[in-house]
Amino acid sequence: MSTAVSPARIAMSRASLETRSYFRERDSLIFSFLFPVIMLGIFAVAFGGEDVGESSGPPIDFAQYFLPGMVASGIMLVSFQTLAISLAIEREDGTLKRLRGTPMPPVSYFLGKVGMILVVGLSQIVLLLAVAALAFGVDLPTEPAKWLTFAWCYVLGTAGGAVLGIAYSSVPRSAKSASAVVVGPLLVLQFISGVFFVFSDLPSWLQNVASVFPLKWLAQGMRSVFLPEHFEELEASGSWQHGPTALILSLWLIVGLVICVRTFRWQRRDDG
Amino acid sequence: MSTSTAIRVRGLRKTYAGVAAVDGLDLDVAHGEVFALLGPNGAGKTTTVEILEGYRRRDAGEVSVLGADPARPDPGWRARIGIVLQSSGGHDELSVQELVHHFAGYYPDARDPDEVIAAVGLDEKRATRARHLSGGQRRRLDVALGILGSPALLFLDEPTTGFDPEARREFWSLITALADGGTTIILTTHYLDEAEHLAGRVGVITGGRIVALDTPDRLGGRHHDQAVVQWTEDGRQRTERTAEPTALVTALAHRLGGEVPGLAVSRPTLEDVYLRLIGEPAQTLEVVS
Repeated sequence: MSTAVSPARIAMSRASLETRSYFRERDSLIFSFLFPVIMLGIFAVAFGGEDVGESSGPPIDFAQYFLPGMVASGIMLVSFQTLAISLAIEREDGTLKRLRGTPMPPVSYFLGKVGMILVVGLSQIVLLLAVAALAFGVDLPTEPAKWLTFAWCYVLGTAGGAVLGIAYSSVPRSAKSASAVVVGPLLVLQFISGVFFVFSDLPSWLQNVASVFPLKWLAQGMRSVFLPEHFEELEASGSWQHGPTALILSLWLIVGLVICVRTFRWQRRDDG
Repeated sequence: MSTSTAIRVRGLRKTYAGVAAVDGLDLDVAHGEVFALLGPNGAGKTTTVEILEGYRRRDAGEVSVLGADPARPDPGWRARIGIVLQSSGGHDELSVQELVHHFAGYYPDARDPDEVIAAVGLDEKRATRARHLSGGQRRRLDVALGILGSPALLFLDEPTTGFDPEARREFWSLITALADGGTTIILTTHYLDEAEHLAGRVGVITGGRIVALDTPDRLGGRHHDQAVVQWTEDGRQRTERTAEPTALVTALAHRLGGEVPGLAVSRPTLEDVYLRLIGEPAQTLEVVS
């Protein structure tokens, strides 16, 4: 049987393969897909009933306050963490080397990963919002403008997280150490980026450190979507800062792309 | 571009941190040939094969594989080459069927995936995920993925490591069938019986060079080697090397009055020759030339 080979069709086929693999892998399912949902549940149960933001207007429940942080965190887990760990493993166990020995176009491989992250990421957010709304009574925004903000934050955050994850996958020295080397720093970043508690409560020097990295901006962008308008005053800068957010997320996307193009390897460092 | 040889290598050189892994290697492999590359670990086998496969860059020398330079591989060239790497792994959560059907989509001239699964003997494991396959089954999956694109040239790097004897025999018939169909095959192996069974020619590589190159039965002047005759006489085992074993056995039969007790006539095995070759490269060069 002789058929024309199209990179687009191979990319679709890879996306489907990658998505199936992802959902069959129990570790990734719990620690990147369900993690934000579990965290939201714990926060809502632990701090449920406590109010935030009474200084500027009607207060909201803790569960609602944490939802944007969990959305931002979930985006980074699914894009950055999933790709950094899975690529480190695929490089070590020879998956990438085997693929390189076939006529599969490299672009199809990367598009396949992107497709998988879109499917996984969007299903995670749908699940997270559904749990927040149905189980914890969080009010979701109805204004189209807010969902537009959500859309560009999601796209820039996911794309940036994905390329940075691919770039970072060369850092772990082995597949065994990959989880620790990836999860550790990301956990620190989550703590200083205002994902687990109120960002403006952090000392200003720590706020400045966090402001270098994309997660702080992504979380802030998501707060502008899911929190009431009067929460804008509670931001450290007193503004949602959509301009700087778009700029910094785009810069990280470009930096990540450049690092990927320059450093991506199909084989281990000690092989070839 | 078509050439008379599938593989042509001249003066191939590759050094790692100043140490030559491949040191001036020459090799020609004809279309349709099954060629086995033997050599101890660290002799330069895998480096050589991976340069031919397009995985590693060479430091010097000319290399042509199916008429193209493997240092600049293009998808059309890759589609005509099948690779079974030494290590297999990855794609753990996908079943045999999913993987073989998926990889078939990479090739313009793919074989029927279900036929290939049957050919490597994984029919009963179609629905099993790669994670749950045994070592030998996993290797057969590697072979299935390697032959899926109907390659003109197939590289097999230690393909039967971890196989039980029965699986190895089945694998050999699969490879023989591919060779009969005209596929050129480059095999590296540690099993000399495998090389002897499958290969039309054998090259022994050590110190980054080919030190002997011939058919398995002539390698290292094997066909000139003296035979070893063993028998039992006066309760003791006796051994004699001779160029004329028939005459010796006739004389023994005459002397011992008929049947010679414990008689065995043997020639050096490929393994004997191989061990001699990798131990004494300088001497064997003379034998070959």
